[in-house]
Amino acid sequence: MSILRLESVVKTYGNFTAVDHVSFEIPKGVIFGMLGPNGAGKTSLIRIITTITRADNGKIWLDGEPLNNRHPEQIGYMPEERGLYKKMKVGEQLTYLARLKGLSAAETKQELRYWFERLDIKDWWDKKIDELSKGMQQKVQFIATVLHKPKLLILDEPFSGLDPINSNLIKDEIRELNRKGISIIFSTHRMEQVEEMCEHIVLINKGKNVLEGQVKDVKQRFKENLFKIEYTGDLPAGLDATDAANVDFDIKSKNDHTLTVQVNDGSDSNEILRYLIRQGVHIRSFNEILPSINEIFIRQVGLSNQ
Amino acid sequence: MNKLWLIIEREYLTRVKKKSFILITLISPLIFVAIFTVPALVAVFAGKEQTTVAVKDDSGVFTAPEDTSARVTFVLMTDPIDVLKATYKGRGFDGVLYIPSFQDTIKKLKITYFSEGQLSLGAMKSIEDRIAGQVEDHKVKAAGYSEEVMEGFKTKVSLEQREVAFNENGELVETDKKNSAGVATAIGFIAGFIIYIVLIFYGTMIMRSVMEEKTNRIVEVIISSVKPFQLMMGKIIGVSAVGLTQMIIWIVLTIVLTSVAGIFLNVDPAAAQNAMNPMGQPPQQAEMMNQSAEIFSMITSQNWGYIIPIFLVYFLGGYFIYSSLFAAVGSAMGDDMGESQSLTIVAMAPIIISIILISPVIDNPTSPLATWMSIIPLFSPVIMPARLAFEPPLWELIVSIVMLLGSAVFFVWLSGRIYRVGILLYGKKASLKELVKWTFSNE
Repeated sequence: MSILRLESVVKTYGNFTAVDHVSFEIPKGVIFGMLGPNGAGKTSLIRIITTITRADNGKIWLDGEPLNNRHPEQIGYMPEERGLYKKMKVGEQLTYLARLKGLSAAETKQELRYWFERLDIKDWWDKKIDELSKGMQQKVQFIATVLHKPKLLILDEPFSGLDPINSNLIKDEIRELNRKGISIIFSTHRMEQVEEMCEHIVLINKGKNVLEGQVKDVKQRFKENLFKIEYTGDLPAGLDATDAANVDFDIKSKNDHTLTVQVNDGSDSNEILRYLIRQGVHIRSFNEILPSINEIFIRQVGLSNQ
Repeated sequence: MNKLWLIIEREYLTRVKKKSFILITLISPLIFVAIFTVPALVAVFAGKEQTTVAVKDDSGVFTAPEDTSARVTFVLMTDPIDVLKATYKGRGFDGVLYIPSFQDTIKKLKITYFSEGQLSLGAMKSIEDRIAGQVEDHKVKAAGYSEEVMEGFKTKVSLEQREVAFNENGELVETDKKNSAGVATAIGFIAGFIIYIVLIFYGTMIMRSVMEEKTNRIVEVIISSVKPFQLMMGKIIGVSAVGLTQMIIWIVLTIVLTSVAGIFLNVDPAAAQNAMNPMGQPPQQAEMMNQSAEIFSMITSQNWGYIIPIFLVYFLGGYFIYSSLFAAVGSAMGDDMGESQSLTIVAMAPIIISIILISPVIDNPTSPLATWMSIIPLFSPVIMPARLAFEPPLWELIVSIVMLLGSAVFFVWLSGRIYRVGILLYGKKASLKELVKWTFSNE
């Protein structure tokens, strides 16, 4: 079953359609990337999922149940624009936010103890937020988001403003939470993070769902049959004339003992390998080049903007 | 409901625990009591201090001054004025008073006091009064009247007010209660001003708090847990509890401090009335005490059981109207406080108009202006309490309260609509037109 299912969700502000019949499904227990350029409608969509606003049209199910007022307690949301009460102490603040999410006083205490020990911030309890550095505040914000053990975690640009060490720390925590079965929605336009973390993605542009699926399937779908071949020695002359045998390929680039070829329809990559070996090329490696999510993103956004 | 309570608790505790709150709450009554008791203290202690003055009288009118209880003692001297000026200090005087000779027809007499030091205002007044009295006696005698005849000319007039009204049988009834216009006016002003200050002070406090949450972006975290309306109401109720706490502490502290000060100064009005002059105070002071005892009895004769509950109704009604309006204004503001002034003024204008109109209303508490202003809900929270001591007609009161409570509900609803949209929009402040649009938008 899916943790979240959207069916033809629509949200308009005046004449502007922020979310335009978006449908997708998030399987339970995955890290799900929600991608899109600025102003694509990601935040509008997240606000609908977190029940901050209501969709004008369409249906949403959380864990099999139509979205309702009890669901906010099962969702943890970290907005892109971080916010905490600056004059409040860390301990009081986290207690307050956890209690608002429906945790009892005893549970709150227990969870806080766990997280303070885990992130090694025990002596921060009585510090005010504005006494902390930005990175430290991020940690506090992260705890506030996960404290109530949500089923679904929504993180909007979770690593912005974090140094590499803290970034890794939070990354590990996210993976750990995911291992425990929490589903995670990652909203970002940092594609390398998507490649690293996400199994599933959806690409939103101009309020519409442009692309959706497992990362590896998407890459397969958009691959251009490119291969990278590294070799030693010199290439035999006349390799470009690819009228030989039953292979049909184009050489896209050739430099520094590296060859990029595109295999044309109907040909097999094995045949190319065989052909090159027969031609006397000393091959050191042979790799398929899959498009990066970044490339797919740019291409698809470009296409849907046309 | 539970979450609303959590919000109220936070809004309340963070404010009450602030050092500035504790300081203002504890110090204000001290200042208030000091303002009223220090002059009395000064009077008591200054009254015991004696000023001894050498008098050089060229007119020959001034006679032996025998009143030893007065704060200024006169000693008639015959030495030339220049000698006195040079030697008064060595002879134990505080200064030299020179009275020139004058005609019996004189209207304005100029006398001169020579001294190193300064006379207190009280001493100056005392000297002027007594010289004037002697000059008057002299003129009376010169005109050929005896003092007894002169006394017979004097008439003391006192104005007593009695309240008349038709009772339910249509009979004209005269009530015993003193119609103390002065006290009613004072109560009117104080009641109006208290509400005015509370509305502005706590209204802007709520507005700033909403803006802070919005610019901090924490509001998005909070409303992913609770409804915006809950957050707004939690804030309004929490801050109202702060206000009530402060007022209760002020009232208790003021009562305690004034009674302590009262014991210390022995200015208990009742005691002052019974034992007129036990400590040899000058008659003026005894008279003042007598007056204050009279005011005190007028104050206690007011119908507090009627005034206080109705005052509280207007206090709360006005508070809910304006604090929710200020919350809406705060939510509609951009990050830049400066450009948001115009919206703040829209919310503040009716309160400021009310406080400007409070004076004409109290001058004429039954005028059409007073009636209308105490019915229109944006003005009534300041105007009606100002009229309470003048006992406005019952129908006006009922209409006004119904309008007040109805519009309190309306404004809380309206502000909630604006607030829930406003807090999520970042950047520029909204225009009034947009606010109207938000009110009717579908979240």
